Amino acid sequence: MTTKLFGEPVRRREDPRLLTGRGLYLDDLAPGALQAAFVRSPHAHARIRDIDVSAAIEVDGLVAIYTWEDLPGALAEPLPLLIPHPALTHGRTAYPLAREIVRHVGEPVVMVVARDRYLAEDACALIEVDYEILKPVVGVEEAAQSAQLVHADVPGNVGAHLVQEVPSTAGLGAREAIDAAPHTLAFRLDIERSASMPLEGRGVHARWDADDRSLRVHSSTQTSTSVRMAIAAKLGLPLPKVEVVAPDVGGGFGVKIVHPWPEEILVPWAAITLGREVKWTEDRREHFVSSAHERAQVQSVRVGFDDEGRILGLDVEILHDHGAYTPYGIIVPIITSTQLLGPYKIGAYRVEFSSIYTNTVQVTPYRGAGRPQAVFCMERTMDHIAEHLGIDRTAVRAANFVQPDEFPYDQGLIFQDGRPLIYDSGDYPESLRLLKELIGWDDFPGLKARAAAEGRAIGIGIGCYVEGTGVGPYEGGHVQITSDGRVHVSTGLTSQGQGHETVFAQIAAAELGVPLERVSVVTGDTRRFGYAVGTFASRAAVMSGNAIALACRKVKEKALRIAAEALEADPRDLEIVDGEVRVVGAPGSAIPLATVAVLSNPLRYAFDAEAARATQFAGASSFDRPPVAEGEEPGLEGRDYYSPIRSTFASGMHAAIVETDPLTAEIRILRYAVVHDCGNLINPMIVEGQIHGGVAQGVGGALYEKMVYDGHGQLLNASFMDFLMPYATEVPFVETAHLQTPSPLNPLGIKGAGEAGVIPVSAVIASAIEDAEGIRIDRMPISPSDLFDLRRAAPGRSTAGT
Amino acid sequence: MKPPPFEYHAPRSLGEALDALAGAGEHGKVLAGGQSLIPLLNMRLVAPAHLVDINRLAELAAVDVEPGGVRVGALARHAAVERSGEVAAAQPLLRQALRLVAHPVIRNRGTVVGSLAHADPAAELPAVLALLKGSIRLARPGAVRDVAAEDFFTGPLESAMDPGELAVSAFFPAPPPRSGTAFREVARRHGDYALAGIAALVALDDEERITSATVACVSLGPVPVLVDVTEAVGHRPPESADWASAARAVQDRIEPEADIHATAAYRRHLAGVLTEQALRDAAREAVGA
Repeated sequence: MTTKLFGEPVRRREDPRLLTGRGLYLDDLAPGALQAAFVRSPHAHARIRDIDVSAAIEVDGLVAIYTWEDLPGALAEPLPLLIPHPALTHGRTAYPLAREIVRHVGEPVVMVVARDRYLAEDACALIEVDYEILKPVVGVEEAAQSAQLVHADVPGNVGAHLVQEVPSTAGLGAREAIDAAPHTLAFRLDIERSASMPLEGRGVHARWDADDRSLRVHSSTQTSTSVRMAIAAKLGLPLPKVEVVAPDVGGGFGVKIVHPWPEEILVPWAAITLGREVKWTEDRREHFVSSAHERAQVQSVRVGFDDEGRILGLDVEILHDHGAYTPYGIIVPIITSTQLLGPYKIGAYRVEFSSIYTNTVQVTPYRGAGRPQAVFCMERTMDHIAEHLGIDRTAVRAANFVQPDEFPYDQGLIFQDGRPLIYDSGDYPESLRLLKELIGWDDFPGLKARAAAEGRAIGIGIGCYVEGTGVGPYEGGHVQITSDGRVHVSTGLTSQGQGHETVFAQIAAAELGVPLERVSVVTGDTRRFGYAVGTFASRAAVMSGNAIALACRKVKEKALRIAAEALEADPRDLEIVDGEVRVVGAPGSAIPLATVAVLSNPLRYAFDAEAARATQFAGASSFDRPPVAEGEEPGLEGRDYYSPIRSTFASGMHAAIVETDPLTAEIRILRYAVVHDCGNLINPMIVEGQIHGGVAQGVGGALYEKMVYDGHGQLLNASFMDFLMPYATEVPFVETAHLQTPSPLNPLGIKGAGEAGVIPVSAVIASAIEDAEGIRIDRMPISPSDLFDLRRAAPGRSTAGT
Repeated sequence: MKPPPFEYHAPRSLGEALDALAGAGEHGKVLAGGQSLIPLLNMRLVAPAHLVDINRLAELAAVDVEPGGVRVGALARHAAVERSGEVAAAQPLLRQALRLVAHPVIRNRGTVVGSLAHADPAAELPAVLALLKGSIRLARPGAVRDVAAEDFFTGPLESAMDPGELAVSAFFPAPPPRSGTAFREVARRHGDYALAGIAALVALDDEERITSATVACVSLGPVPVLVDVTEAVGHRPPESADWASAARAVQDRIEPEADIHATAAYRRHLAGVLTEQALRDAAREAVGA
């Protein structure tokens, strides 16, 4: 790094725009466009007998009504199964509009296009769909045992079944190792459903240029390049005739990596068919019932361990509720299975999951993506071992840590990228030491005793995790310095508020030696960068950050080469400082990058004084070789890609102190501490912001958020009135300490940070409540009403108060 | 989430408003703060053919402190009532309760009378009106009537208001001498509807013995349940009052229901805990009065 910009808490450059209402979100675009609305299934499982649109046709302002029967070609086929896997033997995806059977409340059945959204909804209300109601399958355990099927051709409702087993060094299988262990425990854990719930829902806008036969689509997506390919494939358009742009996106958290959503291909198709701009903005009720949920799992755990708490064998069976469809494959339960091991090396491990269909909204990754469940499982296991042995909870963890001198550490599993799960670096003992210091772990017993003397119940909890971040296959970066000295950076992945405009500019400015103000960043626009994978799995900084750095290095090398010629110096003696190429140690001998950019592009035509220096009679070039030398290209620009050998593994540890009200059973978080290690920090302020936001979502998952389905498959709390996300008043102040163990896998030495904050929170809060109450907490989230029930059921405890 | 079509009326006078409402009859709805009505409209859970917007009727925004209590006009916002020192002096329970109503942005817009007219048993203000034995003034063209709180709330989201009537004001009687009030509730999140809530009123005689103790319950029945616990606590000074007995009396009277946030048993438990806490708080205030 040539300047201090890398690693500095630079203020987010996007915030003035986003915070003062100047952001351009999907619904801000094309106010005159026709608007779409959807008739969605009110039933969890039903056969469509008839669709009667006769009353709706009378609505003034109605433009079109489409059902599955209207869809042509590939559009009438099921949506793609994005991530196939050999274990996903019965993958199933929905049709863009329901064909014969609906499998969850909210599944789209009819698309209506009208002059505005009000009229479109009026028409929807007049469409009568005649359903034959079928028996729904709700609840993962019920579905696993039910004779009733979500998909008639999927026996037992089992979409996928996968066993991974890592024997001990002595060659024992997990079950043998457990049976041979001095101590064993067995228990069951439950995690409920939640969802990404971004502030802005999904949304699509499409404009067809009939003369040019080209399509421009805006989508509130986490992957514009892949949406583009999906649209081209589904609509049979040549790829160069399709552009997809992600405008400002009001949060994604995983749900917007799924694609193509039905609306992402139906809206463009309608725009082409009607020859008019069409827009659809998802409303909150639609988001609850027609996007995606996550988290729900039932886990059965058996563990064997020695007197020090070292795990000799661990056997976990997981029932994973996948909802009605599997468009994103089995990524979530794979991540749960593989990230369960956390910072620990254990004797032998066996994990088995069954991915079960239910008549509920489909399950796809939500920030953390299977890890909160994994960490809940492992950390509950650690606490139960500590309780069984009567030793400190942190001591059990320390006894199982992978040690700093053991990296790279191979866990012997295959990760979500299909590559070996090998931890690249970390320092778990140091992380634990920092956390204990930060929260005051060793002083807590005194604090707890003093609180108890006042009639107050407080408890402390801990949770540790390792997160595989920066998964491949690749991302790219393009960097161009124009003759005005400006630096234009683009990358194909998208932004949903993470601060990419700031951190990518920091990387470019640091690599090139230019002031930050001169750098602009574009993301998620296929017109600027066509090759990309997307923003998910805490990968943007690692993938695009490194790609942009590599592209900058190419540009810098070229700039030095050109400048060296102009300055009659050796490129090795040059440096770039403040946008100027200088001879080291000879400050008078310098040339601005703007001029280098001019010289990089031999011109015939002058359009300003700077450009005149590069024209053919200006005497800048030698007669001995062509104006653009062999192997060179005009322009001061570079493109490069970063494709990692495998994921890089960030880690962290959280601790919390909670208070439980002895009378009302209310649960309050008094303190929350985080030690976080994502390698080198590009911008510590943005990393802390990510942690704070993640913890807030984690608090939601631990204490508030829960999708409640009844036996009919109706979602009972499909609004913000009853689906409780924490307000600022419910989120604790987060105390943070950073540890930086650089990744050896990438040039910048960084690891992902986007999801980290959310991952261990349920485990930490459960641990703390258990400590405060002396009651086993094996199901999350937990409400005061739940705690009240647990107290009443606890042996030897009378309910306090009246 | 867009409302179905409706005819929008924007009357400039109370007379115009009453005429519009009378004309619409059971197909009319009044738009004041809109904090409940607009979400219901957008979710198409209600579909009135006529919406009568009373926001231009400044005459209905008055909050008058009268010798016998506080009269709050139909357009007075929660925030205006909450922040009025005069109101707090005349009837402290209003501010105690309003601080628990949702969040400041909602209180800036929502109206006290609108909350009463909506008759949600999970809301704070119906319990306040019931506890204080206040009343609501209803008007139609050429006729005005006052309905006592105990007659007004007839069921969840149901009231004695007839189609075509406008609730023009509510009257909250001043507290008796040597009395105190308190409001206690438990909500899942700050500002949420309470899982259970208790408003309490305790009055003392000159010897500081309890002469009257009543509570009104939130989210514990189809209407704000009013329970007189004077007998249960005993004609005694607050230090020796039998609060636990009062709590049991309340628990016997209420009909809590289970929902996704809490079981009925937990709500009943909370009713007891909050009754004791609210009565103690109210008695403490009464002693200082």
